[in-house]
Amino acid sequence: MSTDLLPGTDQLEVQVLAAVAGAQDEAALESVRVGALGKKGSISALLATLGKMAPEERRTRGAEINAIKDTVTDAITRRRRELKEAALVIRLATETVDVTLPVRPGGTQLGRIHPVSQVTEELTAIFADMGFSIAEGPDIETDDYNFTRLNFPVGHPARDMHDTFFFAPDSSGERKLLRTHTSPVQVRTMLSQQPPIRIICPGRTYRVDSDQTHTPQFHQVEGLVIDRSAHLGHLKWILEEFCKAFFEVPAVKMRFRPSYFPFTEPSMEVDIQYRRERGEIRFGGGEDWLEILGCGMVHPNVLKNCGIDPDKYQGFAWGMGIDRIALLKYGMPDLRQFFEADVRWLKHYGFRPLDIPTLAGGLSS
Amino acid sequence: MKFTLSWLKEHIDTDASLEAICETLTRVGLEVERVENPAGKLNGFVVAHVIEAKQHPNADRLRVCMVDPGSGTPVQVVCGAPNARTGMIGVFSPVGTYIPGKDMTLTAGVIRGVESNGMLVSAAELGISDDHDGIIELPPDAPVGISYAEYAGLDDPMVEINLTPNRPDATGIVGIARDLDAAGLGPLKNRAIKPVESRFPCPIGVKLDFVPGDQHLCPAFALRLVRGVRNGPSPEWMQRRLRGIGLRPINALVDITNYITFDRGRPLHVFDAKKVAGNLTVRRAKAGEEVLALDGRTYALDDSMVVIADEAGVESIAGIMGGEHSGCDGNTTDVLIESALWDPLNIAGTGRKLGINTDARYRFERGVDPAFCVPGAELATHLVLDLCGGEPSELSLAGRIDTKREAIVFPWSETARLTGLDIPTQETARILEKLGFEILPTPGNADRSYVTPPTWRPDIDGTADLVEEIIRIAGVDRVPSVAMPRRSEIAIAVLTPLQRRTQTARRALAAEGLVEAVTWSFVSKAEAELFGGGAPETALANPIASNLSDMRPSLLPGLIAAAKRNRDRGLADLALFEVGQIFEGTSEQDQKIAATALRTGTAPRIGSGRHWSGRAGSVDAFDAKGDALALLDALGIATGGLQVVAGGPAWFHPGRAGTLQFGPKGIIGHFGELHPGVVEAFDAEGPHAAIEIILDALPPAKTRATKIRPPVDLPTLMPLERDFAFIVDRNVRATDMIRAAQAADRALVTDVSVFDVYEGEGIGEGKKSIALAVTVQPREKTMTDAEIETLLQKIIGNVVQKTNAVLRG
Repeated sequence: MSTDLLPGTDQLEVQVLAAVAGAQDEAALESVRVGALGKKGSISALLATLGKMAPEERRTRGAEINAIKDTVTDAITRRRRELKEAALVIRLATETVDVTLPVRPGGTQLGRIHPVSQVTEELTAIFADMGFSIAEGPDIETDDYNFTRLNFPVGHPARDMHDTFFFAPDSSGERKLLRTHTSPVQVRTMLSQQPPIRIICPGRTYRVDSDQTHTPQFHQVEGLVIDRSAHLGHLKWILEEFCKAFFEVPAVKMRFRPSYFPFTEPSMEVDIQYRRERGEIRFGGGEDWLEILGCGMVHPNVLKNCGIDPDKYQGFAWGMGIDRIALLKYGMPDLRQFFEADVRWLKHYGFRPLDIPTLAGGLSS
Repeated sequence: MKFTLSWLKEHIDTDASLEAICETLTRVGLEVERVENPAGKLNGFVVAHVIEAKQHPNADRLRVCMVDPGSGTPVQVVCGAPNARTGMIGVFSPVGTYIPGKDMTLTAGVIRGVESNGMLVSAAELGISDDHDGIIELPPDAPVGISYAEYAGLDDPMVEINLTPNRPDATGIVGIARDLDAAGLGPLKNRAIKPVESRFPCPIGVKLDFVPGDQHLCPAFALRLVRGVRNGPSPEWMQRRLRGIGLRPINALVDITNYITFDRGRPLHVFDAKKVAGNLTVRRAKAGEEVLALDGRTYALDDSMVVIADEAGVESIAGIMGGEHSGCDGNTTDVLIESALWDPLNIAGTGRKLGINTDARYRFERGVDPAFCVPGAELATHLVLDLCGGEPSELSLAGRIDTKREAIVFPWSETARLTGLDIPTQETARILEKLGFEILPTPGNADRSYVTPPTWRPDIDGTADLVEEIIRIAGVDRVPSVAMPRRSEIAIAVLTPLQRRTQTARRALAAEGLVEAVTWSFVSKAEAELFGGGAPETALANPIASNLSDMRPSLLPGLIAAAKRNRDRGLADLALFEVGQIFEGTSEQDQKIAATALRTGTAPRIGSGRHWSGRAGSVDAFDAKGDALALLDALGIATGGLQVVAGGPAWFHPGRAGTLQFGPKGIIGHFGELHPGVVEAFDAEGPHAAIEIILDALPPAKTRATKIRPPVDLPTLMPLERDFAFIVDRNVRATDMIRAAQAADRALVTDVSVFDVYEGEGIGEGKKSIALAVTVQPREKTMTDAEIETLLQKIIGNVVQKTNAVLRG
């Protein structure tokens, strides 16, 4: 028995391998595969001849033909991978984009929060932690709540049209006004709520005033504590803690100067020590003093006027300008810009939509 | 209130430094606003002797002087002054001195070949007067070598305090000294005033002519004639003091009144008696009366004002300013001295009405010490007699001086109760007594005393006032800070639902790419009217400007105007918002919180400006609707029952606006493009897409017993999506088609969206094509083809039936 290969077998292998190598894309390769290994393929045809052979011959020939089949299968797999990679290279090249093209900014990149809103949220976070609620009242007030119950004497200059915005008298002769401070909210709170009281009242206030450091509308926050034992020492502590937290410094030095307000007695103005460094105001040291707020023990007449017995209850109040402390903290040069809605200013001094002040995360980023 | 250090020391014996005095003043509530020392500018100038002055060898008009500045070593100076001569005493400045009048620092030099090592100076070069006719010449006995500022009495610092309105006593230097004494810097000097010996009765009568009920306008009026005076310039010491606080010396009689005004807080007036016709009457002015006042201006008076008149007419505006006609000048020989009490409120009102601010008004409107009314007149008489001579009449007093004060029952524990600081009773008593309070024991109770305030403190009327006096002198800095007890260990939520929504609304709108503006609460009447406001009720009686005259009925006018201002600066694509108060009336309920946004130009929701990547058109109603719905979602408003009704208020485009409502009575706001007419009224142009949501009108959040949420729906089967295109009439609302599709099966149809809208060629006039994508979510089991087909047919049938639609093939 001859051990030679079946005539043409080796050429077949050479031919198929050449066809595999010559296939230029996956479709061509597939037709080569079908031509060789498909049901009617040339190699499949060879395998079909095995059935008619004697067992001895079948063993030898079978091994030979299967070896060819394996070689061809491997070659096809390799070639397929090569073609796929080459196609991918071409696809990637054609898919290239100019990544330097600008993209549209999203909402959180474009939107901004006004400093007055941001700072109001900052001080809300601080005082809420100290157990203060936020009380509010209308901008249009009565003379009674804005002045009389707050112990403003008749004829006080603040009650004049030079200082306060008034409306025309209504049918009952009452002349309403735009509140000149947020103190009427204290009155409203005391009239509607029994002590203990711990509130802050942030809000918009108005005075007939317009120059470089005054705008006819501005924002104020007042605080009020009424209980059976609240005294000046507590007031000092609250204001010191607030200033440290608000200006985000480990320590502040404050000076309480006796002063005068109709609605508090004793009254004080409070200065905070600062220095200038490279044109910036820095708190927590320095030589100079900057006035930041007014405060005092609530005047017994105010307590009486609001239905609270000054022999049983006592307390204190303070007030400061939100626009002003915003300006001190963030360094805006001019108060008047606050209400100009100049988008360039708003984008520069405004805050990102997700910069929500929290005590856990820090008031400002 | 101003004073100089030397003047202060007339009233207090202290060796405290200026710095210590100022620090103490601020600490006790007399806030030092400014300290100025004229000597500060005159450092280095000394009194010097000109040993020799000879002709400059090379210049006709110059002299070479050898000057002894007190050191014994003569210095050579070249001087151009014509009055420089041997033996004179002048003022010398060595090399290195800053010359204020020339704003330069002196250097050594060689002038026409002769060395010069300093300068003999003129008053102009010192910056103390305009006199530059030669160098200063001092008397021959002027001590050589001492500083010129010291010699000339210019070394007297001026202190200005920012006086609070409750301290009339500190409008006099003596009152300031009293505070310093109480604070431990004293003692106070006793400047008791003896009455002068009068020679004759006052020949001029005074009548207080008031109807009953008006007497408070002038409780008392003291008058004295001094005849035979010689009125000339006041002495140098008095002039220096007045100049030191910025007053211009006029003549001795006038200067005396100004001096006592500041020295004692007691304003006075002097009349030239020869110019006064007959007796004086103090009365209300008559409407139509006029007076030419000492400031040279004529004031029209009315019957709210009080005047002093003689038989010829008004001579003086009471407590504010005298009249020119009867003023004292160099020819005055007989002078009438007035010391009166006036009603503070009336003086304040008159001063404001007439627009006159004088040192007299400043004091009378705060309330002068009634007990010093007569001593003030006596002190003035003494000074007149000393400086001008003359013969004094008796002091005539019309009216009555009431100096009685109510005692306050003061529990000694009060200071500790209000301040937390326990001050020993002895110290408390010392402070009160030093300030002039009288303390008397309450019988049988050592815990409290009767404390009577002095006549010069009208502001004190209760225990809290006494605590203020005690604590301000004892020192607020002694009060220790005490931590407030916490209400709960972990802070509890304190915001009201509306406060929280207001905060969230800001963040939500900012996250949509809008920039927050804060605009004025007032707008012009025309602007208010455009937005449904402008009623007389909400107009200010005294607006600061005509374009800020009415309370805003909406935030839109402020934002449109802001957008316009920005556009005028070259920024056209604007996305602004504001969350703030609007006013429908003046009652508390009429004030609402609006959340309002405005987009202009090409600032749609997907970004701002034209862009290569896609839509670059102008803003439109759908940008506004998107903002509105994003806001409602952020606020957690369930939009299930929300209706979008076409149309809005008049300021919106009638065909491009919608009203958001939960039923017809539950309108929460509007969105859409603004009416072109409104835009034009603001001188603006292009589409303006706006929303205005009233936060107060939003349905309240549901309160639930727990925070547990309803079970989640997570079907295991794949949803399937089918698309349909319908042709409908142009006026069919998309929302009705969506509802009809959903109604086919509310459990299975989970979403219906519009993925295409087409109007135009091929579908017929007045028609539009709407393409819906319907999502079907099988529930318990996979749906068979037949079941799916049945459902789809039902969807089509519903849409066709409800909207007269035709399914496109």
